[in-house]
Order: sequence, then structure tokens, then C-alpha cells
Amino acid sequence: MTGTVLVALAVFGASAVEMVEALTIVMASGFTRGWRSALEGSAVAVLCLAVLVAALGPALIHYVPLNVLRLVVGSLLLVLGLQWLRKAVLRASGYKAKHDEDAIYRREVDRLKGVSRSGSGRDATGFVISFKGVFLEGMEVVMIVLTLGLSSGQLGLATVSAGAAVLVVGAVGVVVARQLSEVPENAMKMGVGLMLVTFGTFWGGEGAGLRWPGADLALPGLLVLYGVTTWALVSLLTRSRRQLGIAEAA
Amino acid sequence: MRLGRWLRVFGRFWWEFIVGDTPEVAAGVALIVLAGWLLARTAQTAAVVAVPLAIIALLVASLLRGLRAG
Repeated sequence: MTGTVLVALAVFGASAVEMVEALTIVMASGFTRGWRSALEGSAVAVLCLAVLVAALGPALIHYVPLNVLRLVVGSLLLVLGLQWLRKAVLRASGYKAKHDEDAIYRREVDRLKGVSRSGSGRDATGFVISFKGVFLEGMEVVMIVLTLGLSSGQLGLATVSAGAAVLVVGAVGVVVARQLSEVPENAMKMGVGLMLVTFGTFWGGEGAGLRWPGADLALPGLLVLYGVTTWALVSLLTRSRRQLGIAEAA
Repeated sequence: MRLGRWLRVFGRFWWEFIVGDTPEVAAGVALIVLAGWLLARTAQTAAVVAVPLAIIALLVASLLRGLRAG
């Protein structure tokens, strides 16, 4: 039960973070090149990502032994989770500039305005930019859906969680329009990073032959351990930055 | 020719995805998993304690590297 909730939350959070980044590109493309091309490019990218999950998921379950899968998947989750957590800690403590979606949006709009349109029908530039944005950001989501879904034996739940995140972020995007900077992206990234490191430790450990005390109950224990450590690191680094008189990165 | 290019792009994608600008994380995770696997065969309890602590140490080391890099 604990594992199921955490899997759903981790996939939802990771997908939401990646989709906020993709939405910035899609909105820039939609406002400058027209919505038809932007939405078509996004829809085709989502379809390609869904096909990847549908093709790879069952094949991996069928051909790869569970312990090997957990060892590989756990290691991948650890790498990905530690990369996210590292970035989030550096941003939260002010050593690294926060991800500014508004600035990225303005940069994309300026770039796209400079590209001339070809004909009056579908705009190829708008289509390609949206497709690439959604597909590249979505690849990380596919990795997380496959790794978390396969290791927990809940590929369906992981896929539905990712789909729900795409819908929620899309709906929020329509409501808030261009104010994507309001989304607490770094806090979300830190939360998801913590969950990925937790699952990575748990499944990587199981794949390597570790028997966690309390089985699934070890998951919240690991989450608390990493959460407290992250909080301590952010506090420590923020204090040291202020003592050294270093300005917050912007 | 086209297959070779596709393989290069595919390989670069995975390299960027796993190693990227934090090679210490990828190498550290590989070492921790290997050490965990060896330790689990001889000292199960020690492995359960050591693996999460090693992961925390890796995060700290990677943060320090990030701070030094600026």
C-alpha cells in the first residue's frame, strides 16, 4: 500500500515537473506560430511516448528476470534521483539560479518570431518545436514510468499517474496562461528527487540481495532519512553562503 | 551509414542521460551497488545500514564538486 501510493506520487510529480518545462515551449510555439501546429506537435509527441511505454514495458517484464530488472532500474533511479536532488539543493540554497520558466518563455518567443512562416497552412516550425519539446522532456517521464512501474509491478498505475499529470499541467497551463513561474518547480523537483533516490535505494538494494527490514515499510524510513539529510544540507549551505557574503544566484 | 549515425545519437542520448555533467554520481552509484551486492552476501545488516549512508555520502561529495565548479 505504502509503495503503491509512493509510486503514484513519484510518477505524478516527475511527470508534472517535466510537463511544466514542455508546456513553456508549447505555449511559446502556440502564441507565436499558431495553436493548431503547436497542439498537433504535442499530441503526436505524447502518442509516440505512449507507444514507447506500451512496446518496451511488456517486453522488459517478459524477458528480463525481476532481480536483474530491479538492480538495473534501481541504479538508474538512483542516478536520476541524485542528479535531481543535487540540482534542487544547489538551487534551494541559492548557489544555483532557479529555473525561470518566464525567461525561457520569452527567449523561445523571441527565437520563434524570427523564423519566417512557409505558406498559410500548418506551420512546420511550430509543429517541430512543440514535438521536440514534449518528446524530449517526456523521455525522462517514460524512463521513470518504466522503471518505477516495472519494479513495483504496477506499470498501469504508473502510466495512469503520468497521464493524469499531463492533463493536470495542461489544464493549469490553460488557466494560468503564461505565468508558469508561479509553479513551485524546485520544491517539486526536490520532492520527486527524494522519492526517486528512495525507490532507487530500495529496489537497487533488493536486486543486489539486500533484505530490507519490514519489507515495504522500509520505504517511508528511507524517505525520512533522505528528507532530513536534504533539509540539513539546504540549511547548512544557505547559512554558509550568507556567512561568506555570496549573493543568491539569479 | 544511417544505422551508424542512429547508434551514435542513441549512445550520446544515454551518455548524457546517465553521466552528463555529474560523472561522479554515475560512478558512485555503480560502486555502491557493487559494494552492496558483495556485502549482502557476508553481512546483511551491515549492508542495509551502509548502502543508504554511502548514498548520502555520494550526494554530499557531488554537492561539494558542484560548489567547487561554481
